[in-house]
Amino acid sequence: MNRPTEGVVHFNLELSPMASPVFEAGRNSELCVKLNQLLERCFRNSKCIDTESLCVVSGEKVWHIRVDIHLLNHDGDIIDAASIAAIAALSHFRRPDASVQGDEVTVYSLEERDPIPLCIHHMPICVSFAFFQQGKYLLVDPTEREERVKDGLLVVAMNKHREICIIQSSGGIMLFKDQVLKCCRIASVKVAEITELIQKALENDIQARKRGEKFGFAESLPDQKITALKMDVTTIDTSDAEDTAREVVEKAEPPMEVNSKPVVWAPGTVQIGEGIENAWGIEDFPSDDEEEEEVIFIDENKMDMANTNGTSTGRNVLEVISLSDSEEEDVMILEPEGTERKEKRPSNINKQKDTPFKESGKKKKTKTKKFHQSW
Amino acid sequence: METGLEITADYSCLRPFGCEQNLLSRPDGSASFFQGDTTVLAAVYGPADVKVSKEIFDKATVEVILKPKVGLSGVAEKAKEQMIKNTCESVILTALHPRTSITVVLQVIHDAGSLLSCCLNASFVAMMDAGLPMKSSFCGLTCVIGTDGNIVLDPTTKQEKESRAVLIFGIESIAKKVLLLTTKGSCSVEELQRCLAICQKASEKIFQFYRDSLRRKFSKS
Repeated sequence: MNRPTEGVVHFNLELSPMASPVFEAGRNSELCVKLNQLLERCFRNSKCIDTESLCVVSGEKVWHIRVDIHLLNHDGDIIDAASIAAIAALSHFRRPDASVQGDEVTVYSLEERDPIPLCIHHMPICVSFAFFQQGKYLLVDPTEREERVKDGLLVVAMNKHREICIIQSSGGIMLFKDQVLKCCRIASVKVAEITELIQKALENDIQARKRGEKFGFAESLPDQKITALKMDVTTIDTSDAEDTAREVVEKAEPPMEVNSKPVVWAPGTVQIGEGIENAWGIEDFPSDDEEEEEVIFIDENKMDMANTNGTSTGRNVLEVISLSDSEEEDVMILEPEGTERKEKRPSNINKQKDTPFKESGKKKKTKTKKFHQSW
Repeated sequence: METGLEITADYSCLRPFGCEQNLLSRPDGSASFFQGDTTVLAAVYGPADVKVSKEIFDKATVEVILKPKVGLSGVAEKAKEQMIKNTCESVILTALHPRTSITVVLQVIHDAGSLLSCCLNASFVAMMDAGLPMKSSFCGLTCVIGTDGNIVLDPTTKQEKESRAVLIFGIESIAKKVLLLTTKGSCSVEELQRCLAICQKASEKIFQFYRDSLRRKFSKS
């Protein structure tokens, strides 16, 4: 429901095929839809982002914020990680400054004016609980294996002020009131820790930018791990590149002459080239009423189609070879006498080699067939 | 932070680059590769099950998925996917794993110039991490020809925009032959050959980096 004085914040969680071999590139998986809905409810209904501050001109121009969350690795509890990522990104984001003078709206570029942060009231963070054996055992932040065998799931979204944003219970498990309250208490402890972590990370980023240090994902690459390696600016000696290039060009053959004269048939229609010669070796069929019998053999060894024209008997009647013993078979001749057989010249001769006849390579006599391309 | 690199006539520079391997637990092989500020995360699954519609009876089916940082995949991503797929297919020994699928998933973390070559490098390191059998190593390199004719290696986004032509090479390690060449803009034949010579020289550094990082990963100290 779009109100005229509110901006739009759009969340998009993508389950990348990187995260798990079961995720496919298309978006429609049920899990993806479920998680997206949960995320939207968590952030939109809790009003953690002040959408009214995103309005520029009431009813006409509002800011549209888009949050893209890419899942990199699925080891359980996607919704927790997604909510942390989303709220951290929203807190880190800066939007361009805009001012309204009468009817004119000026959006300042990032160089002209410092971008301003979004107005975020609080940080809702989801915590998931998995239940086993009808509520007897409870696991916080289940891994993927644990998720697969759980009986029920409870998701609690809370902020550090101990306000519950959403509670969702799924999996058909019935919980006692004190179990739910216990989960909320655990969640509040977790959320307080996580919120502090996010704040510290944001602080570090601000400090790094102030000091002019490098920041971003590339900087976060760990130095000390043996699986990571960094190289500084590397210079390449390219003094002989010109000589090598000149040698190559001199030794190269000159480009082929391209003989193509375009022939203009009509405005907008041009032909270049002549097409290939018909290599089937079929003589032009007479266009009179003579019809010929064709017998097509499929050799076991070769896949070539050898056409042998039956002797031109000058018959006007199609000879039908009945292959079955059934006396009840009624043979209907679809083509009345005297019609021309339509021959389609094969447009691409190269297809001749791979015959589409998928029957086993037995010698077969087929009924008199129309000679046409089936593909 | 983009640093302007001084290029003299005889020396070109590669921006600082690095990689981290095996950072994801689910994929068979994963790597993140950065060149300057451009960072790409690659994950490889394979050889794995393949859908009957996609299976090839005597080879493995190689599939590449490239996900942009913002928004949904579009035509530009599909074009890059095809180029990366063709390069990978020419290097992986697909005949060793018939009727299987090898999937390479790339996620753009940040694009600050030379994205396609960073993707190629990341996918190679991820395939190495996954232990896929390959004929040779390969690497990706971008160079641009400025309006004044000078050649800049490993350009930033700004340098790419201001250039006359952008050339992206995929080079294999055994004879420094070209696996992939895609260009944008116009350049002369001599300029193309000069860029190729420069990139072949630069590829040696990247191949050495691959060897070093692998040696480090398997070192005991």
